[in-house]
Amino acid sequence: MSGSLAILNARIVDPLAGTVTTGGVLVRDRHIAAVGSFEVPADVETIDARGMHLAPGLVDLGIFAIDMPAFAAGGITRAVLMPDQSPPLDHAALVQRAAAAGKPDVWIHPLAAATKGLAGRELAEIGLMQAGGACGVATGREWIADAGMMRRVLGYAGSLDLLVISHAEDGGLTAGAVATEGEYATRMGLAAAPAVAEAMAVARDLMLVEDTGARLHFRQLSTARAFSLVREAKRRGLPVTCGVSPAHLLLSEIAVSGFRTFARLSPPLRCEDDRRAALAALADGTIDLICSSHDPQGPEAKRLPFADAEPGMSGAETLLTLSLSLVRDGVMTLPRLIELLSTAPARLLGLPGGSLAVGAEADLLLFDPEQPWRIDSDHMASRAGNTPFDGLPVQGKVLRTIKGGVALS
Amino acid sequence: MSSLFPHRHLTGIHGLQPHEILFLLDEAEQWIALNRTTSKHDDRLSGLTLINAFFENSTRTLLSFEIAGKRLGADVVNMAVGQSSVKKGETLIDTAVTLNAMRADMIVIRHQSSGAVQLIADKVDCPVLNAGDGRHEHPTQALLDALTIRRRKGGIAGLTVAICGDILHSRVARSNILALTALGAEVRVVAPPTLMPAAIERLGALPFSNFDAGLDGADVVMMLRLQNERMDGAYLPSPREFHALYGLTPERLERAAPDALVMHPGPMNRGVEITSNVADHPTRSAITEQVEMGVAVRMACLDVLTRKRRGVEGWA
Repeated sequence: MSGSLAILNARIVDPLAGTVTTGGVLVRDRHIAAVGSFEVPADVETIDARGMHLAPGLVDLGIFAIDMPAFAAGGITRAVLMPDQSPPLDHAALVQRAAAAGKPDVWIHPLAAATKGLAGRELAEIGLMQAGGACGVATGREWIADAGMMRRVLGYAGSLDLLVISHAEDGGLTAGAVATEGEYATRMGLAAAPAVAEAMAVARDLMLVEDTGARLHFRQLSTARAFSLVREAKRRGLPVTCGVSPAHLLLSEIAVSGFRTFARLSPPLRCEDDRRAALAALADGTIDLICSSHDPQGPEAKRLPFADAEPGMSGAETLLTLSLSLVRDGVMTLPRLIELLSTAPARLLGLPGGSLAVGAEADLLLFDPEQPWRIDSDHMASRAGNTPFDGLPVQGKVLRTIKGGVALS
Repeated sequence: MSSLFPHRHLTGIHGLQPHEILFLLDEAEQWIALNRTTSKHDDRLSGLTLINAFFENSTRTLLSFEIAGKRLGADVVNMAVGQSSVKKGETLIDTAVTLNAMRADMIVIRHQSSGAVQLIADKVDCPVLNAGDGRHEHPTQALLDALTIRRRKGGIAGLTVAICGDILHSRVARSNILALTALGAEVRVVAPPTLMPAAIERLGALPFSNFDAGLDGADVVMMLRLQNERMDGAYLPSPREFHALYGLTPERLERAAPDALVMHPGPMNRGVEITSNVADHPTRSAITEQVEMGVAVRMACLDVLTRKRRGVEGWA
């Protein structure tokens, strides 16, 4: 029977229950039929997990390229696609095509461009794109500078009950900048923007959220002041959430030393104090999810002088591995980590996934949290190996990615 | 490779030890002497090919490197790439690979992007010399400035040097801060807040936004060129306002030490950052001397960086 499978002898990580228990999962017709101990039907293929960990497949919010081998290697079963494609996803037909791109393997959930051509000037056909399969609305790589336009985006998307996903960097401050302002940018002679550019964008958008009541998610935040603003907004009950990437949790601006273009990211890597603030915000619940911001860039975009290189890192296949260090460092428990990587993004966008409940789609991930390996940018499943973690010895590896009961890797 | 200068390339002052900087200055002394004779010729680089790849427009620096190479007997080829034709980085790597395939023995590079010279240095087999990359570094300028100061003042340690003008966009300022602080000078940087880089004090320089305060008692006043495009309102209101607040005039120079030396990397905007009577001052200005030291310092760098390749005893 297709899409049927029994995984036995696994350490089951349940993000909803917050537990790690020994047992199995039975998949029938692409859905979870039983969890724990059950009688294995005779007609079902079995996988002996041999004590490996089993969790819901990851849901990666805000990827820039459809990169199936990387998703399969990273345990990602659903990927939320940014509208920054060529052409931008600002039309229902484009959204529809993108939504179909990954099935039946990894499912791609496209975000609609908030404005036509992502230019920040005219509303895109958000309602038609929603009907075409868009699961949310995004401003793209850039912030919408015009406050009036952003207010209309929030109001309009809010009326359709769509989440708006914003890039938080004030464009007036970041124009031309390729690094965060500070000693390292000064030493290297790189055009830099002050870190406060992020908090300023967050502050404005929070006021607009308060004004419109719309739901807003900051795709990636990276500075102490931005986290403080979000923390305070949540305390006041505003419908606001934010994400972070492993790069901003594990690296600081020092990583760009030697003009390493693989470490040119957007938002840029920040100072050590900001990195510590991100860890604190993760621990206290200010940060709602972890995302890879997967943006594979080949040598033609990265083997350039630093300022000419494109920002972005290939992050999908190292998302879980790098995040696991947070568990080892005691920042959080393993079920909580899986919640941040899977359950929370699915819940935020109203997507299936992120759950091991009976009846849920069988999006599963088998991993070994201890297995040592070395990240090697020359040997990655991804379309491009632009990772600032190149050469890093790491622990924890995805062994199987299972979508709808079918193993992808 | 000799421990006197154990570096394959010269991409910046960053990474050099004080004794290595002094070694290059000492090496340059002999070339000052040679350049003042009528023959001005040495054959030690005979048969070697020196390529000057300038991706950014330059007259003086290119000429200085060309003369330096020729006086040492190298075959000098200039590749002047106008700002418009080659700009994309893929071409940059391709160019590096091409120059390498032509078996250059030494490549001198100027590029408008910070870090571009390092990128090329990583791709070629021969020594690479940075002739200015973006706002990052311009090491031979710092060396020639240090040499000029040392010869005029008898030493560098203990001097107060004020570097004034557009610090934010200046590779000359960065290299000079690193070199002069390494050699024991107190370096001040003077700029309007719009042209002052963040955290500059972390490089060991003392920032001033008031010109008079920055000049107070300085032994050396180093003015920087203000690019015309910075004066259109984005960074500065106007050239005349900049001149009023930050232009070096004879009156302003009175604030500095009585025998203060005036320097400028050139080309000068006369009447903007510096007035003619200061720039042309017969005893105070070292501006033409800087140009002379430039050739000598570049000869020293070309000689030292090719020693391993030439099999010089103790360097191979």
